[in-house]
Amino acid sequence: MRADWRPVAGALIALAVWEAVPRAGLVSSTDLPPVSSVFRVLVREAGTGEYWSAIGDTVWAWLLGLLIAAAAAIGLGFALALVPAVRAFTTSSVEFLRPIPSVALIPLAVIVYGTGLGSTLLLVVYAAFWQIYVQVLAGVADVDPVADETARSFRFGRWGRIRHVTWPSALPYVLTGVRLGAAVALILAVTAELVIGAPGLGQQIAVARSGTEPALVYALVFTTGVLGVLVNVGVRTGERRLLCWHASVRREVPV
Amino acid sequence: MRVVRWFLLPIVLIGVWWAASAGGRNFFLPTPPAVAKAFGPTWTWPTIRADVVPSVVRLLVGFAIAGVAGVLLGLAIGSSARLRAYTEPVLEFLRAVPPPVLVPVVMLFAGIDDTMKITVIGFGCVWPVLLNTIEGVRAVDPVLGEVCRAYRIGRLTRLRTLVLRGASPQIMTGLRQALAIAIILMVISEMFAASSGLGFTIVQFQRSYAIPEMWTGIILLGLLGVVLAGLFGLAERVVLRWYFGLRRSGRGAQ
Repeated sequence: MRADWRPVAGALIALAVWEAVPRAGLVSSTDLPPVSSVFRVLVREAGTGEYWSAIGDTVWAWLLGLLIAAAAAIGLGFALALVPAVRAFTTSSVEFLRPIPSVALIPLAVIVYGTGLGSTLLLVVYAAFWQIYVQVLAGVADVDPVADETARSFRFGRWGRIRHVTWPSALPYVLTGVRLGAAVALILAVTAELVIGAPGLGQQIAVARSGTEPALVYALVFTTGVLGVLVNVGVRTGERRLLCWHASVRREVPV
Repeated sequence: MRVVRWFLLPIVLIGVWWAASAGGRNFFLPTPPAVAKAFGPTWTWPTIRADVVPSVVRLLVGFAIAGVAGVLLGLAIGSSARLRAYTEPVLEFLRAVPPPVLVPVVMLFAGIDDTMKITVIGFGCVWPVLLNTIEGVRAVDPVLGEVCRAYRIGRLTRLRTLVLRGASPQIMTGLRQALAIAIILMVISEMFAASSGLGFTIVQFQRSYAIPEMWTGIILLGLLGVVLAGLFGLAERVVLRWYFGLRRSGRGAQ
């Protein structure tokens, strides 16, 4: 098979346009610096510890928030699956709390946690929790009744049924929720840093904006984009690895 | 019984809030009556007109621009394999940029007025719409496309009755994701740089330690999110009535 060069060409065209537009004077180069100067700044920043520790702060807040949200959502979702009677009572609260935009909590986060990691975590966990929780509920409800009854007639206990029937059939849903939650968590992590001033890439962008070097703003924005791509690719790879046994991922071996 | 099921947990939660805040031990957590009492004087009609209405208008304008642009671009890119191959990596990258970082970037161009906020909202919301439209157009049944061609159905009619219709479930999914992002961007653009608006007002309350008023702002923002999500759900039910009907009859046939 011949290599497809068109995606590469597309990316190069986009970079060339970015370089040409400010050079031709279509936009002022203080508003949009040419890509070459942005990359020069990026290379310079990559040599500093500040840049990498900002990335580390953002990634840490993202990862920790996502883990807390996933643990809470999975724990609560499975606990409610055991007692369907209780679940009916929670529907109204879920329907009301879920659409509340997590940024509404920003002032609360500032007042309670100040500008530390706690503020970021509050927003990240709130936003990611609902994404995962809704999927967990859907997954738990989707268990094949025949499989469940088979396990029952083999005298699997309650714990055994959860472990061997409910968990594997809900896992694809859970991972979809984690994938959606991971993207939202990154958005909220950067938001908290940008608006509240918690340490991380967002805070660096806010600082760079008030400085005199627009190329630095673009270099940092570019970094968040790279981080976003890595998160997407990483989560998707992990999902495929964990679901290698599932019909949606499994491919028949060609003969 | 349904009424009990619907209201029991919210009542319990408010009760817990009340118990935790009673006696004024916690300065940051006012009692529910204190917040309720602050709501009326804080959000009078003049304040709503000055701060809430402009915010909502900006949100809707940005969302509408993103919706139209996303669907049109998505139709173009989705129906051309060549265009898709060229644009894919660029779109993947632009989508991955967390939209809030656009606020400082767009401020470089457009200052801090309405144009900036609408641009930020539009630019941030367009990606879910665009990518979902592309996926939706790609997934349209190829046999139906050939049937259209065999019956010599015109390009425009085919676009309207087959492609747009067939992709509409995915387009609505994209629009729903975009709406959530639009609310986030509206609030952030106002918190970051503005002199009016819902986000701005809430941050003002927080900075002046007007705690019950701040809570009313949070609640109002939450209500706005709930109302918008509810309206979107209604619109979706109208637009996708054929689709939900199809799925229901498909399930019944099994």
